[in-house]
Amino acid sequence: MMVTPLFAATTVDALTFAVAAAIVLAGAIGVVVARNPVHAALMLVMTLFGVAVLFVEQQANFLAAVQVIVYAGAIVVLFLFVIMFLGVDREENVAEEPLRGQRPLAVVLVVLGLAGLLLMGFGAHWSVGARSVAGASRNASGGDVAALGRSVFTTYLFAFEVTSALLVIAVVGAVVLARRPGGVRPGPDSDTDADAIPDPITGSDTTGAQDEVPPPDGDAEDDADVGAVARSGAEPRSEEVSP
Amino acid sequence: MSLSGAWYLGLAAVVFSIGTLGLLVRRNVLVMFMCVELMLNAVNLTFVTFSRMLDDIGGQALVFFTLVVAAAEVVVGLGIVVAIFRRRRSATADDFHIMRG
Repeated sequence: MMVTPLFAATTVDALTFAVAAAIVLAGAIGVVVARNPVHAALMLVMTLFGVAVLFVEQQANFLAAVQVIVYAGAIVVLFLFVIMFLGVDREENVAEEPLRGQRPLAVVLVVLGLAGLLLMGFGAHWSVGARSVAGASRNASGGDVAALGRSVFTTYLFAFEVTSALLVIAVVGAVVLARRPGGVRPGPDSDTDADAIPDPITGSDTTGAQDEVPPPDGDAEDDADVGAVARSGAEPRSEEVSP
Repeated sequence: MSLSGAWYLGLAAVVFSIGTLGLLVRRNVLVMFMCVELMLNAVNLTFVTFSRMLDDIGGQALVFFTLVVAAAEVVVGLGIVVAIFRRRRSATADDFHIMRG
């Protein structure tokens, strides 16, 4: 109905859409209901692949490839890396509800919002303008990849350059946020535990604390306490990571 | 060649709503981030659908930029999660009240 009557939907297209939509919806629901964050991440991959199929179905081939490479290949791997790095892959306590009545209210609001969205989208008459007046046509020579490249490097060149600045800022911000608090401070005994592996969770040097011999004039009990705390902080994590 | 755009827009609306619901009801910050990704994907699908309906490559260019912004958002967000986790040893949204000014 949108393109021309020549491009009427065929059975194959309808079938492809149905299968991809089922995959997308199943994955989306799985992300929300999965108790284990790892399962949620894998469900997210399923949704992203389904969306990539829908992109291909709409002749957005380049975006489908980027979707799989960037989302499924980079973003979800980053999610999984952080989940396993932090050891938060235990199941969430669903019964605990800090805000009373938040969940039923959220369901009601979302259902209302979806109903409003669908009613507005399909009940109202939107003025969408003429076709291909603002930008280049999608069906230029060379297919969608060439058209997208021409568009990004001519019309949207400034946005493209700003995007590169954004990526640099994001990388610097991530490094600043994720480094150890206080930075690397070489102490007087830094050469003794220079090869000690810092605990990524507590940021403290557990191996150094365990191996450290108490100074002769200091009270040995405090050092032993520090070592015990560091060990007890490190122990539950190893339990969670190992299956 | 393809199905009517209305089907895609309806699917995108449903996926967006599911993402919103997950963002509201889940308390694990990582899962909340995944729900934000769901919402972004629904909007991307809308952009691509309108790009096809209007025969304008601008929608696809916008999806391209949305992907970059989503990647940057996830990187910074996960950095914040790691930084909070170092202090609080947990990653639920309730632990983020220490960021209130």
